Formats: sequence, C-alpha cells, structure tokens
Amino acid sequence: MTTMATPISTGAEWTFDLIARYDEAIAEIAVNEFGLDCYPNQIEVISSAQMLDAYASTGLPIGYPHWSFGKAYIAHEHLYRRGARGLAYEIVINSNPCIAYLMEENPMPLQALVIAHASYGHNSFFKGNYLFRQWTQADAIIDYMVFARRYVMDCEERYGTEAVEEILDACHALMNHGVSRYPHPRPLTPEAERARLRERRDHAWKHHDEIWRTLPKRPPKEVPADPARTEEPQENLLYFIEKNSPKLEPWQRELVRIVRRVAQYFYPQGLTKVMNEGWATFWHYTILNRLYDKGLVDDGFMFEFLGAHTNVIAQPGYDEPGYSGCNPYALGFAMFSDIRRMCEQPTPEDREWFPDLAGADWRQVLDFAMRNYKDESFIAQFLSPRLIREFRLFAIADRQGEPTLEVDSIHNEAGYRRVRKLLAAHYDRDARLPDIQVVRFDRDGDRSLTLHHTQYRGRPLNDDTTRVLSHLQRLWGFTVRLETVDADGDPCTEVLVAN
Amino acid sequence: MSVVIDRRPNDRSGSAVNRERFMRRYKAQIRRAVTDMVAGRSIRDLERGGKVSIPVRDVSEPTFRHGPGGDYEHVLPGNRHFQPGDRLPRPEGDDGSGSGSDGGTGESTDAFAFTLSREEFMQIFFDDLELPRMVRTTIGEIREQRLQRAGYTMNGSPTNLAVNRSLRNAIGRRIALRGGPKRALEEVLSRLETAPPDAPERAHWLAEAERLKRRIASIPFLDEIDLRYRYRTLTPQPVSQAVMFCLMDVSASMDERKKDLAKRFFALLHLFLSRKYERLEIVFIRHTDDAEEVDEHRFFHDRKTGGTVVLSALALMHRIIEERYPLDSWNIYGAQASDGDAFGADPEKSRGFLENVLLPVVRHYAYIEVCEAGSRVSTLSAAYRRIPNDTFAMREVHESRDIWPVFRGLFGKQQAPEAARV
Repeated sequence: MTTMATPISTGAEWTFDLIARYDEAIAEIAVNEFGLDCYPNQIEVISSAQMLDAYASTGLPIGYPHWSFGKAYIAHEHLYRRGARGLAYEIVINSNPCIAYLMEENPMPLQALVIAHASYGHNSFFKGNYLFRQWTQADAIIDYMVFARRYVMDCEERYGTEAVEEILDACHALMNHGVSRYPHPRPLTPEAERARLRERRDHAWKHHDEIWRTLPKRPPKEVPADPARTEEPQENLLYFIEKNSPKLEPWQRELVRIVRRVAQYFYPQGLTKVMNEGWATFWHYTILNRLYDKGLVDDGFMFEFLGAHTNVIAQPGYDEPGYSGCNPYALGFAMFSDIRRMCEQPTPEDREWFPDLAGADWRQVLDFAMRNYKDESFIAQFLSPRLIREFRLFAIADRQGEPTLEVDSIHNEAGYRRVRKLLAAHYDRDARLPDIQVVRFDRDGDRSLTLHHTQYRGRPLNDDTTRVLSHLQRLWGFTVRLETVDADGDPCTEVLVAN
Repeated sequence: MSVVIDRRPNDRSGSAVNRERFMRRYKAQIRRAVTDMVAGRSIRDLERGGKVSIPVRDVSEPTFRHGPGGDYEHVLPGNRHFQPGDRLPRPEGDDGSGSGSDGGTGESTDAFAFTLSREEFMQIFFDDLELPRMVRTTIGEIREQRLQRAGYTMNGSPTNLAVNRSLRNAIGRRIALRGGPKRALEEVLSRLETAPPDAPERAHWLAEAERLKRRIASIPFLDEIDLRYRYRTLTPQPVSQAVMFCLMDVSASMDERKKDLAKRFFALLHLFLSRKYERLEIVFIRHTDDAEEVDEHRFFHDRKTGGTVVLSALALMHRIIEERYPLDSWNIYGAQASDGDAFGADPEKSRGFLENVLLPVVRHYAYIEVCEAGSRVSTLSAAYRRIPNDTFAMREVHESRDIWPVFRGLFGKQQAPEAARV
C-alpha cells in the first residue's frame, strides 16, 4: 500500500457517527472486496440489562410471555451479577433486515468486531445457507412473532393464564420433536395437477399393450390390516397433534402451531452452530485484518481486537479448567481458516486428502461450503488431518456393559478418518435426540395414540420421559402409549402409558 | 445499507413480565427458600434481598432425551498421552452419557439459584399476612372517599346508563300509551265485522281504524324520558388506625441468644407492619424491673440489663393507651417477648392485669416465649396459659428458624385459633 490512510478512530470511545463510519468501511471490504451476500443491516445499541433481556427471549426481539423465559432471564442475570459469566458480545437475529445488537459498554474495537462478525458474517450465513433458506423466512419472522405474542396474550385474557400456560408447557416439552426435517413438496396448482394427469394418461396410452391383459390376475395378498395404524409414521409430534388431536380447541391448536413454528425457525441454528460461528469468526478476523492493512485502524485497535478474538477461539483441552466441550467458535474458525490455507498453500498431505481444494479459489470454496453444508456434513467433508493434530482430538468409546472406557482412536494416521467420522456424528441431531414417532392413532376406537421410540445403539430414555408423556397426554386428551422398540421394530422395554 | 438505532432509551424490560410469572409459579418453593435464608441472617440484614436456591428438579422443563446407558463415542480435544486401545476407568459420578461437559461453575447443579431484589423479598415474605381483627374505626384526618351507588337520575353519561331500569320504564310507557287507542281500535274493528257490508259508516270506520293503527305504531320503543342513569355519590370512608405495642424483656436472664431471638421477632414484626400498613404506629417498650418507652434504634441496638418485673411493662402500656390512643379510634395490638422468668407475685399479677385490663381493649395480644427446647414451663407462661381469651395467643421459640413459622402462625390470614404449639 503506497498511501496509508488515517485511522478512522483511536481509543476506546465510540459514537454513533463512528459506528456508521466503521460499518461503511467494513461493508466496503465484506461486500465489495470479498463478495459476501447480506441482508440489509439494522444495528441496535442496547444496555447490558437489555442484553440480558434479549438472552432470555431465546434470541428473538419479541416473544410471547411464558415463565420459562423468566427462568432463563433469572439464571443469566444471576450468573452475570455474580460475575461468573460475562455477556456475549453480540446477539444477531435471522431476520430481514438483519438485526444485530451492540452493547453500550463495549469499546470501539469490540463494536467493530461485532459489526463484522454479526452484521456481515452471520448475516451472510443466514442468507446463504441452504437450511436457513429452506426453513426460515427472514422477511416474516418478526411479524409472525408480533402476531404470536398478541395471540397468546389474547388467549390469556380470554381463557386464563393457567389454561394457556398448560398448553405452552406441554408444547415446550415436545418442542424438539416438533420440527420437520424434510420439506414437503408444495401442493400442485390445479393446472399442474391436470397436466400431470394428462401426461400419465398419455403415457399409459402410448405404452398400452394388449398382451398384459392376458395375464391371470394374482389374488391380492392378505395383510392383517390394522386400521388404526397411521399411513406413515409421523416424527413431528407437534404437527401431528395440531392436525389430529381429537380434543383441542381451535385456539389451543393455534398455540401448538405457534410453538411448532418457533421450533422450526430455530431448527437450522441447532444444526449449524460450528459453521455459523466459524463463518462469522473467520470473517471478522479477515475483515478487521484487512482494515488494518488498509491503515484504517491503528495498533491499539488491533491489540484490543486480538485479545477478544483469542478469548473467543480458545479451546482448552478436555482436562483443563474451563473446558466445556468443543468450542464451536474455535473449531469453525480453524476449519474455515484451514480451508483457505489448503487452497492457497497446500501441503502434500492436503493434496492427497483434498485434491479438489489445492489451488482452488478459496472464496469460491468457502462460499460453496457455507451454502451447502451443515455441521455434520461440513466436518465429515472438510476436517483435515492437520486440524485433528492441532486440536489433538481423540475419541473415547463408552460401551454399555463394559467396566472401563476405551480409547477408540487418536490423531494418528490410522485414526484420522475415524476421529473425523465420530466428531461429525457428534453433531448429528438425529443421533442426539431420541427417535420418537407416532405410529398408531385409534381414531375409531378409544382414540388412543401410540408412539414408538426406536432405540439407537441401546440408548434408553431418561427420567423425564413420564413427565413429557403426561404433557403429551394433556394435548392429546386420550390415552398415550410409548413403546420402546429396537432397530428391527421388536419391543424391548415395557410400555409407558399416560391416561 | 445499514441503519444504526439507539435502543437504550427504550428500556422497558420484556423479561420483567416473564420473571414475575416465574416467581408466581414457584412461589411455594421460593417462600421455603426465603424462610431458610432469613433464619441465618442478622437483624440488620433482615430486609435485604438476596440469593435463594430452589431445587432444579422443581423448575426443570422435561423433554425426551437419552438417559444413561447405551453406546457412545465422545471426541475430545487435548490428547497428550492416550494411545488407541488404552483402557481407563469411568470418571466418578459420571452417568456414562455426559462427556464431562459441566464446567465447574462452583455451584451445585441440583439447585437453581438466583437473586431476589429487596422488594421481591419483602413481597414474598409478607405476602399473605395481616393483623387480625382490624376494624375501620374512625373517620380520620385523611379523608378517604369512596364512590357509592345512590339510586338513579334522569341524566348522566352513557357509560352509566342503567339498561334494565330504562327498558322497564319504556315498557311501562308503551303499555300506558297504547291501552286507550288499542281498546278503541278493537271496538272499531268489531263494529266493522258486525256491520252489514253496505253500511254507509263503513268508510268512516275504516279511516278511524287506520288512524288508530298509525297512532299505536307511532309510540316509540324507547323514548328519552325512559332513560335512567346510575347515580353515585362520594361518601367519606372510615380509615383504620392501629398501634402496635412491642414489649421486650431485657432482664439479665435473657442472654444474648435469647435477646437476639426476641429482637428478630420484633424486627420481623416491625418490617411487616411498616410495610403493610400506612397508618400504623409502633410503640417500643422494654423492661427490666422497670419499664421505659424507647425509640426504634435503642430498642434494637441498645444494651441494658437488670431484674424482671413484667407488670411494669404492662402498666406502662396501659398508661400510654390511656394517654394517647383513645379506644374508639384506634386498633390496639400488643406483642410481648420474654424468657418467662418472673418472680414472686409478678406472674400472677401480670396475668390478672393483662386479662382484666389490657385484653378487653386490645384487638389481639401475642406472647412469645424465648426458651431452650425441652425446658421446664416458665412461671410466666404457666400463669399466661390460664388466660382463656381468644384475643390472646402464645407461642414458644427455641431457635431462629422457629421464628418465621411462629410469625406466620400469628399473623397468617386464615388464622386458626388452636394453632399447634411450636
């Protein structure tokens, strides 16, 4: 760089004017240089009390009233007041415009970090990733929550707080099992439907052959029919209840729907923690360094920024103080940085493991990864042996019935693939949550509902199960049974019944 | 491209509502926790907010999850010395499913801990307590006025419209106005029926019938003169004034521990009364062999010892009542705390004085005996036990955690007269 620009600001003080100027400089780099595709930004400055508030409402700026949010608020507040936990630097909302919160206590360098991280990093991830595109409507979520809040409060006024709370409690208990994992095809328009029928008829007509009519008819197979069995098992319990519960009032059904839609809105976030945070961290790091290269920020800024950045991506070992699982910021940041490195400076090992990446344009590779993967597939695809060594990852097998744990594999030549596969599996939501599906609804009989828990690798349900089941029973209104079956569908424990 | 908004002025806390809901839902648990907490506090700190813990089990939100058991593999960072195939013992207390992810926060994980503000604390503390048999006695200095129904008027604002009354008037008016023409009409109609078809008066009668029908139809369903409005007047309200006498024994037999218990009781009483009742006076009396009226500070923090004459305090209380608190305008309450050691004729005299002179004029009188658990019956309580009056209650307190239950027993809203002795 021949002419060094003067820094935008020096020192810790921030003003609204400075925030706007930093935002402009960051946008210049993020959008024009690196080509990030973002929603418009809405940056809101809030106090720490408001930040606590935002924490509790599960990351939406508006929500319906419920005691569990109060509980979350109380818990955060307690930890924060005791100094046991600081506040997160940022909260960002997957909406259009993308809302990001800045805390007034933070110095200017941190504000810039948050702008780069949230308003450009997370923002572009929300806009680009396939899961978010498939399952969330950034344009509509705020309006929907306004509606939900008003609706819940209306119901409370009309039917009483307790009645509403009872339904919401029950729905919250089933929230994890209230998401659809596969998109339903859109219903065809009447014209398309007619066209399809015509096509089928034409096809049958074209391929008609008299010979087939001469075949003797085979008698239809006698299948002992269970009329109550649902056509397909349904894993979205809240959806099934909303559509089929024999007893719910219309307003109760609407409450179930509200909770279900909120659950669905958050579904992608749970699947992309590592990627989402990694992506945002990678970009704030890249963008702020670029600001420094352009001479727009000074050394003091960089010290402050790097201090915060290092804290965010710290990964203590399993036996070190402060360890609480794999830090998604650390892992994600390391992986995106590593992909860039493999594109720009591949080693022979990289060429062997990732022949497609070596020498490719890193921006395109990163963009592709961001758009088309979730945590599980992202790790399975892109975690390099070098990172496994750097993190010194190892796998411990914990098998039922064995008195000791066994070290399954470590970061060596023989273990790379295995460790990578196991780490990826760790982010597999389907393995983490019990597989529970509705299989039987005795519509014409006693209206009882039967669920199957298909056991995965011998993992039983925990002690909460009976309580959840009674919540489910409350929504259903009639007997609910839960059978645990093994992978072949054979029952393996006694049936739990709530009625 | 970006909009920057200052949200700080917009400081309504959306979580305040939810927080309050949480508190309401777990009131019972929180109250239990608060009670435990207060037992361990010094008098000065009694009314501060503070940290309470309630069992996590009670506030947990259940979901379908995997329990301990089954096969898992965990991937962890930071390997230094493990080789594949190494065997290691299961960590203690690990249920086999957790990956040891509880970062030691230094707080036990089976308690849900949080901080109550002073206001919330007091709210929970004194939520459903009240002074027994409080009567609105006087039309005091401060005029409290209340709107009272006082019949109906002809005019008023639409919100006060008395619909029933107005419609009743309307019905009456319609019946009254309709009666004459209706009778006339019936007559005309019957004449029309009986008259021969070619009678000359027929046209006249037909016209008359038409006229009468129009007249009946023109009677309005609701007329302005029917309307009645509810009327309200302002009437002055009697207010309740109350005075609480706190009588404490500070004689030498009351050791520090007993004094602390007694003071704790009075501190609670003081807090409760000053919080709950605006127009309430408190008189502090302490006695050894001689009674004196003291101010709040000296009552709680001054040290003084001596002999014991209970009667002196009762007599002083009576004198103060006569001087300052006329019975027709004050609710009078008494609370006495002592270790029950009284000598000679004093217990009997005190009982007599209390029963015959004080109890008839007070609304309620509580006696708290501060004593060791399992100790013999004290002379004073032996005498007091014979007091039959139902405006009198006595309780024993052995240690600081007894105080709150005793207190609630005395001032709980649904006070049972034969509450079990603590």
